[in-house]
Amino acid sequence: MSQNIKVNPEVYSFMEKKTGTDNVEVKVNLSKEKVDKINEICNMFDNEPRELINVLHEAQHEFGYLPAEVQDVIAHNLHISVAQVYGVVTFYSYFSMIPKGEHPISICTGTACYVRGAEKVLEEFKKELNIKVGETTSDGKFSINCLRCVGACGLSPVVLVGERVFGRVSPDGVKAILDEYRK
Amino acid sequence: MSKYKMHILVCAGTGCSSSESNLVCEILIDEVERKGLGGDVQIIRTGCFGFCEKGPIVKVLPDNTFYTNVKPADAKEIVDEHIIKGRKVYRLLYTDPESGEHLPDSKHMGFYQKQIRVALRNCGTIDPENIDEAIARDAYQALGKVITEMGPDVAINEIKSSGLRGRGGAGFPTGLKWEIARKNDADQKYVVCNADEGDPGAFMDRSILEGDPHSIIEAMAICGYCIGASKGLVYIRAEYPLAVKRLKIAIAQAHEYGLLGDNIFGTDFSFDISLKYGAGAFVCGEETALIHSMEGKRGEPTNKPPFPAQSGYLGKPTNVNNVETFANIPVIILKGAEWFSSIGTEKSKGTKVFALAGKINNVGLIEIPMGITLREIIYEIGGGIKNGKKFKAVQTGGPSGGCLTEKHLDIPIDYESLTASGSMMGSGGMIVLDEDDCMVSVAKFYLEFIVDESCGKCAPCRIGNKRMHETLKRITDGKGTQEDLDKLKNLSYVIKDTSLCGLGQTSPNPVLSTMEHFMDEYNEHVIDKKCRAGQCSNLLYYVISEEECIGCMACLRACPTHAISGEKKEAHVINQEICIKCGACMEKCKFDAITLRSDYPRVSVPIV
Repeated sequence: MSQNIKVNPEVYSFMEKKTGTDNVEVKVNLSKEKVDKINEICNMFDNEPRELINVLHEAQHEFGYLPAEVQDVIAHNLHISVAQVYGVVTFYSYFSMIPKGEHPISICTGTACYVRGAEKVLEEFKKELNIKVGETTSDGKFSINCLRCVGACGLSPVVLVGERVFGRVSPDGVKAILDEYRK
Repeated sequence: MSKYKMHILVCAGTGCSSSESNLVCEILIDEVERKGLGGDVQIIRTGCFGFCEKGPIVKVLPDNTFYTNVKPADAKEIVDEHIIKGRKVYRLLYTDPESGEHLPDSKHMGFYQKQIRVALRNCGTIDPENIDEAIARDAYQALGKVITEMGPDVAINEIKSSGLRGRGGAGFPTGLKWEIARKNDADQKYVVCNADEGDPGAFMDRSILEGDPHSIIEAMAICGYCIGASKGLVYIRAEYPLAVKRLKIAIAQAHEYGLLGDNIFGTDFSFDISLKYGAGAFVCGEETALIHSMEGKRGEPTNKPPFPAQSGYLGKPTNVNNVETFANIPVIILKGAEWFSSIGTEKSKGTKVFALAGKINNVGLIEIPMGITLREIIYEIGGGIKNGKKFKAVQTGGPSGGCLTEKHLDIPIDYESLTASGSMMGSGGMIVLDEDDCMVSVAKFYLEFIVDESCGKCAPCRIGNKRMHETLKRITDGKGTQEDLDKLKNLSYVIKDTSLCGLGQTSPNPVLSTMEHFMDEYNEHVIDKKCRAGQCSNLLYYVISEEECIGCMACLRACPTHAISGEKKEAHVINQEICIKCGACMEKCKFDAITLRSDYPRVSVPIV
């Protein structure tokens, strides 16, 4: 994240100026609506720095992911450094800086699913979609990530597509799941 | 509840919801309404019954009929046959695997016979989104008793003499923890409920929060009153949407009834609870990391002391307890320390909830009195190993724990004996492994998890575990050496001794414990380049069966490295030294003579 990029004054004017640091330049390529939305979220939590994680949850819920620009605005509002926001975003696996696919696929790699063959299921998804874990397909339809235990160990191995849970998935069943969403 | 003649309980825990239990419930409601039975039959969405293996579960009261694997299509039949005509739907009843009989009610199921439900007392009994049902089951009575009769000191003493120890893993006496927090003077103190259940394969806390959220709210308020705190915080995983939703509903209802907020029970005691979300970091289960995460920072642990009881959230004295620990509190207050301490062993009192998973017939949530044996858990409650395979080990304590093997089957389950056998109680994950599981791979799996989850603050954990994982990967790839094994052991001790927090200090445990009990498997991987479980794909070999091979030479011609030799019409042989495991031979063979095996016939060459 660069600090000395020329500010689009039109956008910057939507943001509150932090006293004493008016000369700090912030790179923002967000529309007014988006900046407003982030401001609204930050206000919900009183622009309190210790609510950073809750703010990020709301922001990710709103935008689907947390690009550098969004982090810039949040840092500005909470009066903390961009580095601090970036540090938190990259620390927690729940936050993502790249957009997820239209149908995000989460493969449970908790221990219970692992011993019942989750690894092979994951390999099959990677092979079918030709992407790695944490990536999104070029058409933006699917993305793969791993999560640790959704708590449905009775159904292991478990795969989530969006909010929907598929239980007892075998490598052979992977194609059928994808076909359902490919239509 | 008494105005209804019958109750149909439908499990709405995460496991059953994942297999359409909500739809089953909706159809049941529709059907009952359609038949005009709405006034006589009540349908309740409950928390987890524990028997996740055979979900969705539907239970009919008062006769305790226990239906398993109920599909949406079965709902109508349950209403028509059971509710209206009084005939049980036999095909949906639980079948006893030994006798093959349909069991009419849950009391006769082996799964429930050895269990004592204390922390899970209301899971699968009440509607977690209805405070009246919780109150009918004595919720908030203990809070009233503590505030209006007992007072903080008597209550803390009661918890102390009950012998309750932290259920999050370490087993620190809860009463003592509260006493320390009470003694520290401050203008503001905090009660924190640790619901960041990061252990992969464990879902005890989530089930309690989903099935009985009021017990946690009540216990946090009791704790707040005892230590002198007016604010409570639940640190909960964002990955648990259902638990979050039910907890929010429960908090709102408790406010409405005046059981949270200002002047509770007409006294000057005020208490409020808010939620803080985790964001997927295993290390945040550690107290100091958890507190930093609640403050909106990276969840990195810091040195103790100062302990959270002295300086925790925002620098104020903070008492952190785990969900299951809290769930035990109201019962102890109501039934007394003596009752509680009559369950369990000398040093480990009460019960423990375990998430039983892996290669076992009855996957699910169980609560057992401390002191019963692993054998009872696996063979009586768990119903034995899946597909009649041979039992190999149980992994307890997750990535910080270790393995228990056949020789530990008869030790009592309590804090001390688990630690003595090289494992630990942990938060309650219990993963059963059978003969098809490679122990080196299991150790590698946990190390991979640790490498992902290490916060990176201290070098032994950040770098050491990475090196350990690389070494284990080499071994499972068949490139390991004897020296690697020695290095693994040495590095383990260094990481244990020099890491900052509990995560690093326990991270080599899965390796040390598998090396102690399954050293022969490590040796096989390194010396014989063999994986007896057949799980390490690089240690599988293409072998031509002498009986099946007709000597057609198709494979020989297909082999790109000329690793196959043999005369026409004679059985061929693959030279494993040259084979690159491309699989071309297996594809060409029309007689299924070539198979992948965990070993190949080794010819001993006499030394001349």
